[in-house]
Amino acid sequence: MIIELGHFALILALLVAAFQMTVPAWGARVRDPRMMAVAEPAALCQFGLILVAFLALMNAYITSDFSVANVAANSHSTKPLLYRISGVWGNHEGSMVLWVLILALFGAAVAAFGRNLPATLKANVLAVQASIAVAFCLFILLTSNPFLRLNAPPADGNGLNPILQDPALSFHPPFLYTGYVGFSIAYSFAIAALIEGRLDAAWARWVRPWTLAAWMCLTIGIAMGSWWAYYELGWGGWWFWDPVENASFMPWLAGTALLHSAVVMEKRDALKVWTMLLAILTFSLSLMGTFLVRSGVLTSVHSFAVDPQRGVFILAIMTLFTGGGLALFALRARDLRQGGLFAPLSREGSLVLNNLLLTVACATVLVGTLYPLVLESLTGAKISVGPPYFNLTFGPLMLPLLIALPFGPMLAWKRGDLLGAAQRLVFAAILAVLVLALAIAVFHRGPVLAPFGLALGIFVMGGAVSELLFRVRFGSVPIAETWRRLKSQPRSSFGTTLAHFGVGLLVIGIVATSAYREERILVMKPGEDVHIAGYTLAFRGVAPATGPNYREVLGVFDVSRAGAPLTRLEPSKRVYDAPPQPTTEAGIHPSWRGDLYVVLGDAQKGGGYAVRLYFNPLVRFIWIGALIMFCGGAVSLSDRRLRVGAPGRVRRLTAPAPAE
Amino acid sequence: MAKRAGVVLFALVSGVIAALTLGAPPVMAVEPDEILADPALEARARHVSAGLRCLVCQNQSIDDSNAPLARDLRLLVRERLKAGDTDAQVMQFVEDRYGEFVLLRPALNPHTLLLWLAPLFVLLGAMAVAVSALRRRRLQAAPAPNLTGAEEEKLRALLAEAPERKSD
Repeated sequence: MIIELGHFALILALLVAAFQMTVPAWGARVRDPRMMAVAEPAALCQFGLILVAFLALMNAYITSDFSVANVAANSHSTKPLLYRISGVWGNHEGSMVLWVLILALFGAAVAAFGRNLPATLKANVLAVQASIAVAFCLFILLTSNPFLRLNAPPADGNGLNPILQDPALSFHPPFLYTGYVGFSIAYSFAIAALIEGRLDAAWARWVRPWTLAAWMCLTIGIAMGSWWAYYELGWGGWWFWDPVENASFMPWLAGTALLHSAVVMEKRDALKVWTMLLAILTFSLSLMGTFLVRSGVLTSVHSFAVDPQRGVFILAIMTLFTGGGLALFALRARDLRQGGLFAPLSREGSLVLNNLLLTVACATVLVGTLYPLVLESLTGAKISVGPPYFNLTFGPLMLPLLIALPFGPMLAWKRGDLLGAAQRLVFAAILAVLVLALAIAVFHRGPVLAPFGLALGIFVMGGAVSELLFRVRFGSVPIAETWRRLKSQPRSSFGTTLAHFGVGLLVIGIVATSAYREERILVMKPGEDVHIAGYTLAFRGVAPATGPNYREVLGVFDVSRAGAPLTRLEPSKRVYDAPPQPTTEAGIHPSWRGDLYVVLGDAQKGGGYAVRLYFNPLVRFIWIGALIMFCGGAVSLSDRRLRVGAPGRVRRLTAPAPAE
Repeated sequence: MAKRAGVVLFALVSGVIAALTLGAPPVMAVEPDEILADPALEARARHVSAGLRCLVCQNQSIDDSNAPLARDLRLLVRERLKAGDTDAQVMQFVEDRYGEFVLLRPALNPHTLLLWLAPLFVLLGAMAVAVSALRRRRLQAAPAPNLTGAEEEKLRALLAEAPERKSD
């Protein structure tokens, strides 16, 4: 009964969205305030209905209602509660319901917080937002319905793929989708502005916080996915340039560019047209990511929908929204006024460089991801585009970006002073050179360029700190004055510092772990010792164990360093009950130097077990860096000027005019 | 009859085993028994393996994969290296047998030319667009022409007036 209620609620949500798509848009056209006013309750109602549908499905998962086909196919009664809940979005149909739920949530947020928006803009934004909801509700109801019942319910379900039964992966999709879908707000605002044929000041103020919120979620979502891959897939890799990863990385790159161009637009009223185009492209890339993952066009561990009907449907949605958006842009962009002049060497100029490199990098990832698909469908030739391609093309584009990064915030708006900026970065540069010298002196192995990479990371981090110190005049005024200035800094400037600092950490983590990783692969018998990166591991043997829905074999390793016992690591080989699939759980000992990573392999014929040991230096900097970037975004978002719907500063630009 | 049942059972069991091993995440890629005694040669083998795709896996190199085919290929790579092949010869050897699909770093040839040149083209194109947009905008916003004599006169008068206003 509850599941039918959910099904019914989703159909109602589709109808409400169809209403919300047409009536307010028409009202905005004929300037009818009553027609425009329905957008707000419709958006809230649509969200409520989709929430009901989502909760109904979640209820079926929690209560293990195997008469529902989707639950029977993807859940199991012995699964722990957390994975029964995350199982809702651990499959194609359920994840699409989560997608529209988040979409509706953003629409409802615009309705709820957007009281100060000009009435026509708000009506149009909510109408565009609803059109996306219509497309995806139709997609769910016609091709991917999770609310269908089975005639003969099985005694138990098929279970969730065990490698997906993991806390980090439980929350990875919600964050990722919030990121993807969050960019829909920037898109809806862009399309609404194009429909109206003018760019409101409100547009500029609204796009940035929403983009920032979406970007934060996408950042943390991608980081969680990478973290999961690191410890779950069993060989310590954290990024594979897998097409599915690229599908989420492309919107992130475009979104990062959008975030920076939105700053120029907000502060200087320049780059408006470009920001608008970027807003359309970023959401289009999110849609493409959804298409790539959901259509099964890529053969990859992540894709669980292999059904051409669905693929064609999402392709149609993607073409409609991307093509429609770009066509509207081509028609109307000329009418939009350009504003704000600046010299090439200025804050604006540096942000243009940022945008240029990020979009080219994004295009590179796009080409590398789609080229094999296009080539195969055109000529039948099958090629692989793997990590070496991306390292060779993407890497060199990031280099100038990272070198230029600390200079950007040091330059003044309109016309900057490069020499002055360079002088302020002297300390960061000295620090970087010291690290470079140290790295060359200490490491006698690894790629020649690796020390330069470490130095670059330090330069970015040092640059971020220098910028904050320069802002508060550290050293040139008394400490009390510095403190006063520090307290009066806008939060968004702390956000910038934090985010850029995180980028530096990320770079160091990537370079260190890629260049200086240590690895041992060997057969160990109980009682034997092995040495790696200053650690000694004594293999004590193996022991069987049972978990809630799996059985496992634990390998017991006692870790010591310089004779002092440190910890006991228990990497295991698991076999889950349903589906009966083996997984490995690595034993990881984290420290500030890096991670000791142990994987237990198969029993060998001559006795003993195959064992893989890694030492991944500074690998945690990667995720800590991403987390700091996330925090930077959060701090910036809490800035009063940026706060969504902050009252006071937003003036009503067009009073809702009665129909003439 | 019994024989036929045995065949069916065998097929079922091997099917299940295949499904298990193919669907499984990589438990162990390079096995201890594969490793060459010569560390330099082993390092080369690892480097070559990292550039070869495991054909039955999804986006994994043979170095990362635990599929039986990947193991066979790893052993093949090591055999060729021991026989004295250069890295490029080993790559070519594998490519000749398994096709271009096996190379994770696509070779430069007519149908991948666009792939390799695309980043450069996009970069140059984007730079051209950025530079021309900046230049156009600066031209559009050329400084306003100098004031005429009459306007200057008026301006001076206005400026002279200003302090008086302030005082009251």
